[in-house]
Amino acid sequence: MNSPLLFTVLLCLTLFSYWYGMKRSLKVAGGNEHKKNLTCLPQQFGLLTAMVCGLPALMTLLIFNSAEQLVIEQLFTTTLSANIQSLSSIDLGLYLNNIHSLASSEASKTLLTNINSSNELAMQEQYKAASTLQALKQQARWLKTALVLVIACVSVIVLIKKFSLTFPARQKSETIIRGLLVASSAIAILTTLGIILSVLFESIHFFKSVPISDFMFGTQWSPQAAMRTDQVGGSGSFGAIPLFAGTLLITFIAMLLAVPIGLMIAIYLSQYASAKLRAFAKPMLEVLAGIPTVVYGFFAALTVAPVIRNVGESLGLSVASESALAAGLVMGTMIIPFVSSLSEDAISAVPNALKEASLGMGATQSETVIKVLLPAALPGIVGAILLAVSRAIGETMIVVMAAGMAANLTANPLDSVTTVTVQIVTLLTGDQEFDSPKTLAAFALGLMLFITTLGLNVLALKVVRKYREQYD
Amino acid sequence: MINLKDNSKINKMSSTARTTTLSTTEKVTLSLKKRHQKERRFKNVGLFAVLFGFMLVVVLISDITAKALPAFHQHWVKIDMDYKANWLNIDGSSKQSILAKQMKKANYRSALKKSLYLMFPTPSGKSLSRKDKRQLFKLFSSNAEFTLKDTLITTPEHLNKQISVWVRLDDDVDSYLKEGFASGEAGLRLSKQQAQWIKQLASAQRIESRFNFSFFTASDSREPELAGIRGALTGTLLTLFVTLLLSFPLGVAGALYLEEFAPKNRWTDFIEININNLAAVPSIVFGLLGLAIIINIFGLPRSAPLVGGIVLTLMTLPTIIISSRAAIKAVPPSIREAALGLGASKMQVTFSHVLPQATPGIITGAIIGIAQALGETAPLLMIGMVAFIVDVPTSIVDSATVLPVQIFLWADSPERAFLAKTSAAILVLLTLLLVINLTATVLRSKFEKK
Repeated sequence: MNSPLLFTVLLCLTLFSYWYGMKRSLKVAGGNEHKKNLTCLPQQFGLLTAMVCGLPALMTLLIFNSAEQLVIEQLFTTTLSANIQSLSSIDLGLYLNNIHSLASSEASKTLLTNINSSNELAMQEQYKAASTLQALKQQARWLKTALVLVIACVSVIVLIKKFSLTFPARQKSETIIRGLLVASSAIAILTTLGIILSVLFESIHFFKSVPISDFMFGTQWSPQAAMRTDQVGGSGSFGAIPLFAGTLLITFIAMLLAVPIGLMIAIYLSQYASAKLRAFAKPMLEVLAGIPTVVYGFFAALTVAPVIRNVGESLGLSVASESALAAGLVMGTMIIPFVSSLSEDAISAVPNALKEASLGMGATQSETVIKVLLPAALPGIVGAILLAVSRAIGETMIVVMAAGMAANLTANPLDSVTTVTVQIVTLLTGDQEFDSPKTLAAFALGLMLFITTLGLNVLALKVVRKYREQYD
Repeated sequence: MINLKDNSKINKMSSTARTTTLSTTEKVTLSLKKRHQKERRFKNVGLFAVLFGFMLVVVLISDITAKALPAFHQHWVKIDMDYKANWLNIDGSSKQSILAKQMKKANYRSALKKSLYLMFPTPSGKSLSRKDKRQLFKLFSSNAEFTLKDTLITTPEHLNKQISVWVRLDDDVDSYLKEGFASGEAGLRLSKQQAQWIKQLASAQRIESRFNFSFFTASDSREPELAGIRGALTGTLLTLFVTLLLSFPLGVAGALYLEEFAPKNRWTDFIEININNLAAVPSIVFGLLGLAIIINIFGLPRSAPLVGGIVLTLMTLPTIIISSRAAIKAVPPSIREAALGLGASKMQVTFSHVLPQATPGIITGAIIGIAQALGETAPLLMIGMVAFIVDVPTSIVDSATVLPVQIFLWADSPERAFLAKTSAAILVLLTLLLVINLTATVLRSKFEKK
């Protein structure tokens, strides 16, 4: 049976065992009229039976599925003849691909007849290998089906043997549920671990072929050159400084727009605006926050960039068609609501007594804001800005669509620059083998991105927390 | 209060002791005007910032809407098609069943070409030059021959007759017509001769603008006049289905544990720190995780909604957990205490009393998480959902693409007609988001009334 079918069967079996568990518990009690003799309700018996039936089997299915491919590959490689096993890894990969497509496209009977009919020895061997692979896969399927069903049935039978009048079905099922809850909350940890492992391992792989100092401090970025086989590791072409500089330039432009506007919006809405305006303005600004980034990217590339170009050219400036300014401004637009809502939180967290004292001394509203509220809320605002910066650095679609590909090391906002995220997308979309330094470079960039954003977030949270303690 | 006039008199007397005692009040009074001016200025700057924010929203939406409008209608042209059996390579004398088979395989392209040459005779009566023939044929969508084929198959009586059939125009002609009425002047991608033909067709009332239904019913295509969003929309639905199926139970379970069961210890703190940090990790990093672990280690298929759904689940899980926790926290403790007092176990309290009370809030949070997943593009590029896919996906392991990625792909296309298509797809995406968010708002307000 294939996995979806097996899953469905397992689901039916689980439903059945709910009913079966209930029936058995009633039988233990001695009929429906004696069910009060049980310490737990029959439904609780049913629930426990269903969980005992479904969970271990489901777990087996998942583990089997994730390991299946790897094990079959290993087993299969050992059956190949020695001269094929001694091929280089690339050729071996090609050969295996060939066999895989043969095995999945042809029926097993045609393969068998082809072994006898084809006269070339190499072809004969390929057909034979494909047939072996098919047999292996078939065996794996059988093993999986048998294993899952046996585990489901055996665990139910073992459980039901234990049923008695005082069997603590509820407590047991609650322990299982609690375990499931713990497991779901631990997924966050697994995700973090997965992220760290995936970027770290590939990065270490990458730093074996390109020294980490070259990557961190090199000023030349041209990953395409590394595609040539005679150029080991593409030394010297993986300097990430232009990418970092480009990312910072675009982030800086975005912040230049978002911080003053966002802050002023926060001040106006929290101190001046009528309730009516607030009720209208907040959802309106939320629209800006809710628009998908790919839409901003489109807007930046097809509306803002041409406008900037035309204005620049009419002033006699040379503007690149994918200028950093366009991407930065649109990114700033995206971040405005982020800055404004976080700063507003920070401003309204300042105790009212401070504000009232200042107003009571005769200061105007604006003086109160500038001299009392903002200094008091400063840590919160700084935290907000740090979070916004982290967001701008990690933003992908706007820069992929509106910023360039060329890694220029420049501070001119009218020039085209590229960013870390743009390069990750460029390096990883399209077909390429997984082990080339070009692909691995994307993971090294991902590692840098992860570390930077994580650092900024931790810093922002610390700043905010420290400030909270001040007033609590 | 001291009179200003008196003040100035006193000043003139230049008694140092008196000016210092009075100058503070005096200064305040004198500076008031300036300070109030500053106050007004500050307030206006604030108002300007808010209005600027509004302006950005309006500009963004109206720009995209204006660009999208042309994509919703499309020009069709009526041509006189000669279904001559020998042009189509059909043996007219055959039996009905053989005829039907032949109609499926017939050469409609050459029949279309021949019919077109008849429609546009040269003034001298000679046949068109090769170049003109090619240009003439280019006016019509590459899909025209299939429209003709479908027409003949549904009404086989047309065989050997001359019939008027409506077919699509090519996207270049379509854009040309949308920019202004057929003037006969050469266009951006249209020669003078082609423009003249279009003018001729238009003056003969053979060109008609229709609502573009195929935008919603067709899948992606290299030809802008044929491309639609159905494939991407289906991919989006499948991906969101997987996301919802995984992230909702996992998120709620995680939130329940952290709010109701978790002891205050290091482990719990560690989980909380992880959740908060994950909420701020750039989405593209989740794509790297999906590529390196879900595809390369677990061997799930590339480009599949299943993988996309898993990646988006991991991405939206922190959002859902955080909002679910807020909803659970809002359930009054008296409910828990009452249930516990009646002898319910902790688990029964949680699942029978806390969870039902918190459900509206949890669902609102989940909807917001799903809206976030709906607009996400970057991680899906990493796991290969960026391929050109013509077929509508039918299961969660088929190759598929999603609406935001379709927008990204179309935005990159060189054909001008894709500009309108992209904007139209964006409008559809924004409408979906609006509907989702409105649902969340309605739910929230209903919840708050209780």
